[in-house]
Amino acid sequence: MSYHVNEQGYYGDFGGAYIPEMLYPNVEELRQNYLKITSEESFRKEFDDLLRDYVGRPTPLYFANRLSEKYKTRIYLKREDLCHTGAHKVNNTIGQILLAKRLGKNRIIAETGAGQHGVATATVCALMGIECVVYMGEIDIERQAPNVARMKMLGATVVPATSGSKTLKDATNEAIRDWINNPTNTHYIIGSVVGPHPYPDMVARFQSVISREIKWQLKQVECREEPDYIVACVGGGSNAAGAYYHYLDQPEVNIIAVEAAGKGIDTGESAATSVLGKTGIIHGSKTLLMQTPDGQITEPYSISAGLDYPGVGPMHAHLYASGRGEFMSITDKQAMEAGLELSKLEGIIPAIETSHALAIFSQRKFNPADVIVVNLSGRGDKDLNTYINYFDL
Amino acid sequence: MKNRIQQKLSEDGKILSIYFTAGYPNINDTVPILRSLEENGVDMVEIGLPFSDPLADGPVIQASSTTALKNGMTTAKLFDQLKEVRKTVSIPLVLMGYFNPVLQYGVEAFCKQCEAIGIDGLILPDLPLAEYNLHYRPVFECHGLTNIFLITPQTSEERIREIDKASRAFIYMVSSASTTGKTSGFGTEHSDYFKRVSAMNLENPQVVGFGIKDRETYNTATQFTKGAIIGSAFIKMLNESGIKGIPNFVRSIRPV
Repeated sequence: MSYHVNEQGYYGDFGGAYIPEMLYPNVEELRQNYLKITSEESFRKEFDDLLRDYVGRPTPLYFANRLSEKYKTRIYLKREDLCHTGAHKVNNTIGQILLAKRLGKNRIIAETGAGQHGVATATVCALMGIECVVYMGEIDIERQAPNVARMKMLGATVVPATSGSKTLKDATNEAIRDWINNPTNTHYIIGSVVGPHPYPDMVARFQSVISREIKWQLKQVECREEPDYIVACVGGGSNAAGAYYHYLDQPEVNIIAVEAAGKGIDTGESAATSVLGKTGIIHGSKTLLMQTPDGQITEPYSISAGLDYPGVGPMHAHLYASGRGEFMSITDKQAMEAGLELSKLEGIIPAIETSHALAIFSQRKFNPADVIVVNLSGRGDKDLNTYINYFDL
Repeated sequence: MKNRIQQKLSEDGKILSIYFTAGYPNINDTVPILRSLEENGVDMVEIGLPFSDPLADGPVIQASSTTALKNGMTTAKLFDQLKEVRKTVSIPLVLMGYFNPVLQYGVEAFCKQCEAIGIDGLILPDLPLAEYNLHYRPVFECHGLTNIFLITPQTSEERIREIDKASRAFIYMVSSASTTGKTSGFGTEHSDYFKRVSAMNLENPQVVGFGIKDRETYNTATQFTKGAIIGSAFIKMLNESGIKGIPNFVRSIRPV
């Protein structure tokens, strides 16, 4: 079984491009060109140079000594939190802005939840001198004021999404509507492995630099390229897709995907799509999604804005349905405690999204000899307020 | 055998079609609105199945969907309301909605219900041509339903021909690159596009939608095409005047 996308844009039963005809020319243009452009020598060079000199790659693979000692196993952290702008998101925005330039686009739109992808998009637009419009839910704009200010400093226009629940799902709807209204000059930089084909595959490829680096870095310290487990948090799932990418077809590497249980799976305030979702269509993709029996998309909940998405990328839906990935759900409380623990044990304050991945060690046993790589997808600066309020710091 | 849409399209004269969201402004308005539209000479109706995330719609239809869902509208509820509709309404009826609620209801069960009620066609903007051809065409056609596809000014000639081949009633011509309810009138670029497609001599007639809001835009849209669909402007009118505003609204578009 393959875990990569097929020619029709599907991962098993999931994926495809369920888009209105208005978007067909844009998406088709991308589909026909993304592989060709991204494999050109000049593209590869510009992409690699920017990842090295601008983003700061390769990011370290760090052996977390005290954390490993505590949980009696061998834990490595892939330090995506050290990327410029504070998270893995920029790997994708660099790739997509270079692609957009080659497609002759002079205007960029993006959606953002917590603001990390919005900042990463505004950053590359500033870098390239291209107009940038970011859609953000009205409620998220209130919750994430520092990131709104960062985007504005970077020259982006931040447009509040006032429809529906006024969060990430609605910001994505607004970005898609913008694209319908501006079909020729605009490229839509989606921030995760979601949306119509080819987005999930394209974003996964840009993020796959994460697992490419893990391979040679692990070889240097463990004398083998394959960890026993690779662990990442999953909202839409872009950091996870990047961390799994080069291991997807190696069954000896166990994949663990960590979703946000919110206040608990059964509380009605959760974002654990693999448990609570059913197959459906969201944002142009057939995937697992949280919905009513009548097919209306429901509003998820997580303390972490980056995991607060009612769907999951089609690659992850396939990893779940096929049993290739082990899916775990972590509550707000477990995540917050794991975030505090990493801060105290290793001197690293993680993003709350990432804290979900770290929380599995208190929930699940590993062997002392197991080599576990956790993708430390982002740093916690943006979450200080949430940490402060939660722990009364 | 021709279904009601094909029959209507084969008659002389232009088509005036109205879109409204089921369950808006009030949950039980669906059938009264349908009756009033027929009484006032509207040729065809699109009944919108409300969806939480209507990607192709502008603010007016979005808001009507949100209200309709709050009012308690569901797929099952709509089918229940329409159960006896063919006793009183004879114009062609099209259901328009997004694909996910249909998928959850079950595509086959959905088509069966439509047939039992006397629905003539479906417009599901996010069910793409390729998927339809591959998986759903037989079940639609088995239940006497025709799927109606959209084209836009950006749709290539090759793809328009492909869509023409897959269509059995009319081609829904989106007037401009936009979500619903957006344009501020039609200019030469719109007429040129209507004329260009009209000159392709397609098998299926074209009916224009998106941006038609008054007599002027209706006349421009139908100059080179078979008809036009009004959605957002009708919803706005319902919002202001309710069902009793329908006679005046229809006359303002197309005088008797």
